[in-house]
Amino acid sequence: MPITHPGLQLQRLAGAIPVWHGRIIEADLLPVCESVRDGGGRLVALWGSDERVFGAGFSLHVVLVNEAGLICLTLPLSAVQPDYPDISAIFPAASRMQRAAYDLLGIRARDACDQRKWLRHAAWSEGAYPLRKDFDHPHFGSSLRSPPPHQGEEAIDRSPAENGTQTHDDYPFVQVEGQGVHEIPVGPVHAGIIEPGHFRFSVIGERVLRLEERLGYVHKGIEKLFEINSLYDGCKLAGRVSGDSTVAYAWAYAMAAESIANVTPPDIALWMRALFLERERISNHLGDLGYLGNDVAFSFGFAQFWILKEQLLRNNAELFGHRYLMDAIIPGGVRAGIDESGKQTLLAECEMLEREVRLLRSVYEEHAGVQDRFIGTGSVAPELAARLGLCGLAGRASSQAWDMRVQCASAPYGMLDVQMATHRNGDVAARVIVRFDEIFESLRLQREIMANLLGGDDLAYPVSQLPANGFGIGMVEGWRGEVMVAIHTYAEGNPDRVHPHDPSWQNWPVLEHAIIGNIVPDFPLINKSFNLSYSGHDL
Amino acid sequence: MNNPHLILAVLFQLTQLLLVVLAAPMLTGWVNQCQAWLQNRSGAGLLQPYRVLNKLFHKDAVIADNASWLFRITPYIVFACMWLAAAIIPILAVDLPFSQAADVIALVGVFALARMFIALAAMDIGTSFGSMGARREMLVSFLAEPALLMVFFTASMISHSTQLPGIVEALAHHQFVLYPSLAFAGLAFVIVLLAENARIPVDNPSTHLELTMIHEAMILEYSARHLALIEWASSLKLFAYISIGIALFLPYGIAEMGNWAGLPAAIVLLVGKLALAGAALALLETVSAKMRIFRAPEFLGTAFLLAVLGLLIHFLLGA
Repeated sequence: MPITHPGLQLQRLAGAIPVWHGRIIEADLLPVCESVRDGGGRLVALWGSDERVFGAGFSLHVVLVNEAGLICLTLPLSAVQPDYPDISAIFPAASRMQRAAYDLLGIRARDACDQRKWLRHAAWSEGAYPLRKDFDHPHFGSSLRSPPPHQGEEAIDRSPAENGTQTHDDYPFVQVEGQGVHEIPVGPVHAGIIEPGHFRFSVIGERVLRLEERLGYVHKGIEKLFEINSLYDGCKLAGRVSGDSTVAYAWAYAMAAESIANVTPPDIALWMRALFLERERISNHLGDLGYLGNDVAFSFGFAQFWILKEQLLRNNAELFGHRYLMDAIIPGGVRAGIDESGKQTLLAECEMLEREVRLLRSVYEEHAGVQDRFIGTGSVAPELAARLGLCGLAGRASSQAWDMRVQCASAPYGMLDVQMATHRNGDVAARVIVRFDEIFESLRLQREIMANLLGGDDLAYPVSQLPANGFGIGMVEGWRGEVMVAIHTYAEGNPDRVHPHDPSWQNWPVLEHAIIGNIVPDFPLINKSFNLSYSGHDL
Repeated sequence: MNNPHLILAVLFQLTQLLLVVLAAPMLTGWVNQCQAWLQNRSGAGLLQPYRVLNKLFHKDAVIADNASWLFRITPYIVFACMWLAAAIIPILAVDLPFSQAADVIALVGVFALARMFIALAAMDIGTSFGSMGARREMLVSFLAEPALLMVFFTASMISHSTQLPGIVEALAHHQFVLYPSLAFAGLAFVIVLLAENARIPVDNPSTHLELTMIHEAMILEYSARHLALIEWASSLKLFAYISIGIALFLPYGIAEMGNWAGLPAAIVLLVGKLALAGAALALLETVSAKMRIFRAPEFLGTAFLLAVLGLLIHFLLGA
């Protein structure tokens, strides 16, 4: 039992990772959160669900993690006035999740100090809550299970007012006042081809006094779309929440579904999943290391790392059918295996990568100009990181020693003895070092996985129907951090509510702190060293 | 100066003007190509800048509603300034008619004029990036200009002239002498060249990160023919700067005015020098990273110091 509290009944869910789930009453929520925090735990995710179809009200779900595993608390909310006590004073990372939960479902955190909208821009009006089951939208109508009709001219011709949308998106940014302070608004359209996000800098000269982010420009209604998808289509959709983490999302989704269906995939499938996940980690780290070179105008590094990444992606396409390994993981197993010659290809690739990355690492580390830009830039002290709940790769670079492959090791990671890479400094240089270390560790894991991968008959066991009233959580350490997917079923069959959670939720607010005191032209470098997801956050 | 001589001079001047304006984008293409090779990439080829210019000239210009005449006229002024600068510098031959019109100090003024207009146009549009770029550009240029003047003064001291033809004449056509003072001035000039042409390590001409830009931030709002003229002017500026470098430090082999027979050899030699300088620039850029903007003053301070050292050495050693 990860935590004990009088009156709190927790039940261990079946599945690959240790998850305890239980209902909680409102009065217990804050004390339980506090005791988890005081015990060194963190907030993982917060979302709501509409359960009025059973005659119940809404529910708030909070997932916490400590050394013993995940704790999922469900707080029933009234159907008439759905609100709950604000937990952002305990876990600052909760603030944006609470605001998003209000925008999408209309459940409000009482007395939260920040009640501004977050994911709602001008696409739907105030008072409309897309994730409510009775939400009226031309795509969904009354029957949620039927596929959405094509957006006809009818929908386009309607004026914004009739559509329930606004033409203006008034968002009250926090103003910094004082002599000589001015604002630099950046984005959401940028000079390069990157995802959209708005950054409001308050600066004096080149020095940043405050940065405020405004995200949500790529809100695609993914959570709503999950409601009408079948189990297997849902896995495809999960793999597209954030394209750079497709393996992590698909695995987390499959893990949650398998937990509900109580299915354990064949061994070979678990090994293959770990192989895919490590390959995803290596390819993203290679790409980021290249970009970090590019951002300090060291294009040589950029070109070299991307040559390596391209080689890896081509091997993926050749062996597994997709460059980024999309749809390689399905509920119950995997879709692609590997044969002897494939193993030889990958072992040769490992050797090449090990040699080349070692060389490039020495180039980066011995380059005075590059190091001058990296060291001390965008520093997040370990205390701040702990308080704000910085997680994943960026967290490990600030002494937050959390890695789901170590702490909540699901099979096959329990047999792999993963060495976590951490650093104390929390600056761009530390995040570069952690990336390098993780590449080498992933190469080692990849070799070990291949030594353990024996030929099996089945790549996947079928997961047909999910039982009614099911709940499952899957969590995987993606390259950016912990990726979580929660699945609720109400009726028997397919998922009724799916909540994917990206580690970027925790880390975006920390970026606002990392830039303070730095100069404006260093922001792209700091931003890239975190490399957070817009798509995975905006949903 | 008799009549046939004048016609010849004008012909020479026109040849140089045309050649420079047509060849300048190729120099940019060459630098980019060398960089691509140094980074293990295949590169876009020497002609890519021409394709870009062609594309831009075929597009419709988009101009902000609140742009004034200043914004529209700036690309033409900048282009004209750079072309004029290229006309003053003895590139193909010495003693061309235009070069009598202005000395090195005026040349620095021509560059400054173009910079002033582009900075004003950047602020005219009222975006935060424009003002940010203009502010940074002014920081860099007001430190680069004195260093450039010092470099010119060192060369002028040796040749007793502030006219570029005079300097080239003195250095190219007299007995070959090694000037230690010029070595220092040459180093200072390279630094100024990097800073003034928005090259790494001061600026990054190929970046898409708007917050890090200096020169690019000022021209973010330009499109189509305006952008084409500014890009072309940037190529001309790089060409002009490298030509100044050649004129001051490697003038050997330049053609005499009116000597048609010497022209082919001079052109071949010039192409060789430009190619070498472009490759050296690409190498320099490939091995360095961009420095923080507040390191730029130190960097340019070094240039100024080197140029002053050159001048002192000239006084002390007379060489």
